[in-house]
Amino acid sequence: MDENANLSQAERALERQREVPASGGAGAAGVSARETPPKTGRRVRTYTADISAVGEPALWAFGGALALGIILIAGFLAMIAWNGFTTFWPKPIAQVELRDGTTIAGEPTRGGTYRPGESVLAQLNDQQRAEIEAELGFAERTLYKTANFDIYGDDFRWVSDFEVAEITYPADMHLFQRQQWGDFVGRVAGLVIAGEEVPFDYDLMQREQSEARRRFNEIRNIERNEIGALNHYIERERLNIRRAELRHGAESERGAELIAQSRERIAEYQAQFADLQARVNEIRANDRNYRVTLEEVNGETRETELSQIVRFYPANDLTTLDKTGIYFSRWWEFVSTEPREANTQGGVLPAIFGTVAMTLLMVIFVAPFGVITALYLREYAKQGRITSIVRISVNNLAGVPSIVYGVFGLGFFAYAMGGTIDQLFYPEALPNPTFGKGGILWASLTLALLTVPVVIVASEEALAAVPRSMREGSLACGASKWQTIRYVVLPKAMPGIMTGMILAMARGAGEVAPLMLVGVVKLAPALPIDGFYPFIHLDRSFMHLGFHIFDVGFQSRNSEAGKPMVFVTTLLLLALIVTMNATAITVRNRLKRKYAGSQF
Amino acid sequence: MSVATADPNTRTFDPTVYHVKKSAEGVALDIKDFNLWYGHAQALHGINMEIQKGEVTALIGPSGCGKSTLLRCLNRMNDLIDELSIDGSIMVDDFDIYGPGVDVIALRKRMGMVFQKPNPFAMSIYDNVVYPLRVDGITRKSILDETCERALRSAALWDEVKDRLKESALGMSGGQQQRLCIARGIASDPEVLLMDEPCSALDPIATAKIEDLIADLKGHYTIVIVTHNMQQAARVSDNTGFMYLGRLIEYGHTDTIFTNPKKKQTLDYVTGRFG
Ligand SMILES: Nc1ncnc2c1ncn2[C@@H]1O[C@H](COP(=O)(O)OP(=O)(O)OP(=O)(O)O)[C@@H](O)[C@H]1O
Ligand SMILES: [Mg+2]
Repeated sequence: MDENANLSQAERALERQREVPASGGAGAAGVSARETPPKTGRRVRTYTADISAVGEPALWAFGGALALGIILIAGFLAMIAWNGFTTFWPKPIAQVELRDGTTIAGEPTRGGTYRPGESVLAQLNDQQRAEIEAELGFAERTLYKTANFDIYGDDFRWVSDFEVAEITYPADMHLFQRQQWGDFVGRVAGLVIAGEEVPFDYDLMQREQSEARRRFNEIRNIERNEIGALNHYIERERLNIRRAELRHGAESERGAELIAQSRERIAEYQAQFADLQARVNEIRANDRNYRVTLEEVNGETRETELSQIVRFYPANDLTTLDKTGIYFSRWWEFVSTEPREANTQGGVLPAIFGTVAMTLLMVIFVAPFGVITALYLREYAKQGRITSIVRISVNNLAGVPSIVYGVFGLGFFAYAMGGTIDQLFYPEALPNPTFGKGGILWASLTLALLTVPVVIVASEEALAAVPRSMREGSLACGASKWQTIRYVVLPKAMPGIMTGMILAMARGAGEVAPLMLVGVVKLAPALPIDGFYPFIHLDRSFMHLGFHIFDVGFQSRNSEAGKPMVFVTTLLLLALIVTMNATAITVRNRLKRKYAGSQF
Repeated sequence: MSVATADPNTRTFDPTVYHVKKSAEGVALDIKDFNLWYGHAQALHGINMEIQKGEVTALIGPSGCGKSTLLRCLNRMNDLIDELSIDGSIMVDDFDIYGPGVDVIALRKRMGMVFQKPNPFAMSIYDNVVYPLRVDGITRKSILDETCERALRSAALWDEVKDRLKESALGMSGGQQQRLCIARGIASDPEVLLMDEPCSALDPIATAKIEDLIADLKGHYTIVIVTHNMQQAARVSDNTGFMYLGRLIEYGHTDTIFTNPKKKQTLDYVTGRFG
């Protein structure tokens, strides 16, 4: 062993000698001493040593792994950002004349190569077939968003390049975003303003359309808020009647009195209801005097109220400034309005609201629960076998699949706890469940349960990192154990605890699977916070961006139409999570800075 | 725990040499036959020692001999350590601090402590100093302000920090932190002040100030100070105890210990010929 080592050293020295014959004094001592006179001192670093001994290959591997990770993440973010940010940019509308004489119009969305089947090839002429054969049987095609779902029964159409005779971009082609039926691609065939036909004028139509939208919003406002409030009150009185029956009995004097009161009030509300309805009808009748006739590229027409048009623009006749305006107005619509058309159009405001509310609620639940548990485990419990078992179990909880928590949340929180609450406090609403179904309260509790191991582990570590000398200092001042924890240990551990909370928040905000069982819905009729007493309705189901992505992209009638929305929503969800985390991190860093400083 | 009854003079092993006259009067802390084990390792062997009221008592001895351990026993700081067992008693005003039913928190409130390593809390300088008052439930700002200034002045720190009382204490230098801990130790006006090498992180000027402080406090407070600095022990203390390997070898008037010790070990140690 020793001899071998010596030998190889000598060999290496020789080799070095051979490689750098002119290096003179730089050569090593020993065997080569005959040719180069030995210098004083020995060279310590040699670069001909086995390179694995130097550790350089490992360095490359580590660096490479890191680089790969960064590239993957950056690529993923870039893809989402690119797709997300470009979705709302107005695209031109191509009018395509096909060789078979038909015409289509639409936004080219994406292209691709494919191999046409035998039956397709058979219908082509020789020249086309030769072209395809030159490409080894492959042909190019483009997917056009033709819109006009109500006419074509589909929103998209593939067009192969060999089918195309001519592509033009006529300036009078418009894109209309409609309240219902999705987009319409075509021209304006007729305009009725105040009941009279007028010739089409873009600016006039723009003005009248904004006016019509104002009417539309007014109607919706009345229906939503005022009539909605009336419905709410009537429902409340109905429940009051039911409660009176349950408590006092319908025959008893008190019961009869209460029921009569409620009936009276219901009658009052119904009168108001009729008034509002009349007002709505009036506006609606007026609204019907403003109509527009849309004509698709082949001349088929659809007439609709102007108020049904959310937005329209001449897609091929826009300056960059116009496009920018449209771009931002669509973003604004996206983040500030409710979804339309089975979530594939419109905005995601309720989903943003639901996500934020649920996450905050979860933090409110998980923070005290996790911190108290960690405090007990670390500060009070006797450190022994049982505490280690508890600790290991807590750690393992973090590995339970999240859907399991969903099942637990539904079974325990919603059905068992919620069912009991309903029986005790909301018997009048039964058999309709109030808390005995999925809702934002149960969802955030389920997520709190899911994320509590993270908080416990991080808090425990933070508590353990508080030096013993600090605790001793406090106790020596005559502080009790609780005072020591409250004033010395917790403040010092706070940044670490916050880190745990941030991790929990990030995990909770991105979780979807369990939520589907405990309260997330495709379309929530009302937000969990509104103007009706008691203002915060923890029993309500809610919308969530994560579920929205799943629903829009994969559950809607036309998943191709939803695809761009998937990216936009993903982008928004990421931005939301980053914002929430950044806020928490800022708070933590402020805390940290407050107590910053070195020990010496 | 047995209350020590053995007369030190009759014991055959480890005859400690006592120069301090035993007296019922003026004894702040009476340590009787005190033994202590960390697990199975005995760290203190049969300590008998009377700490005089209003005087400064120094504990000297080589590293690891148990000075800190003994000091920490006086305010039951060692309670935090698992697997600790003790035997013997420490009497304060006729009650055994290790006896049943002792209010440890009340006991600690009577004693201030300065640790070997500075241990300020993660709060502002001001809050650090008034911490003992705060945990006592004192919230009157005038009292807190006054105490803070008095304690910081005593600890020779006031001039350096009077403009940054609201800043974090962890941003101070090691020596400043140590003086802050001294200020904290005297803020609640304790009867007994326990100091474990309070000057080990201080420069000569600050050390001199702390020694002045000790001289000022003498008479009002009973002070027990652990130090490795012979000159310091000689300068500030009235009585000195020399410890070696968990035993109190010699305990007496500082003059006697440093000039005319009865034991060779003590002589060797105080003259630096320790081998
Ligand atoms: N928490 C502990 N657990 C176990 N053994 C301990 C513990 N603290 C101290 N010891 C042991 O008790 C003995 C006395 O320690 P102590 O800290 O009292 O020494 P010291 O005289 O203060 O030394 P120094 O001058 O270096 O501070 C040492 O042998 C030490 O290893
Ligand atoms: Mg020590």
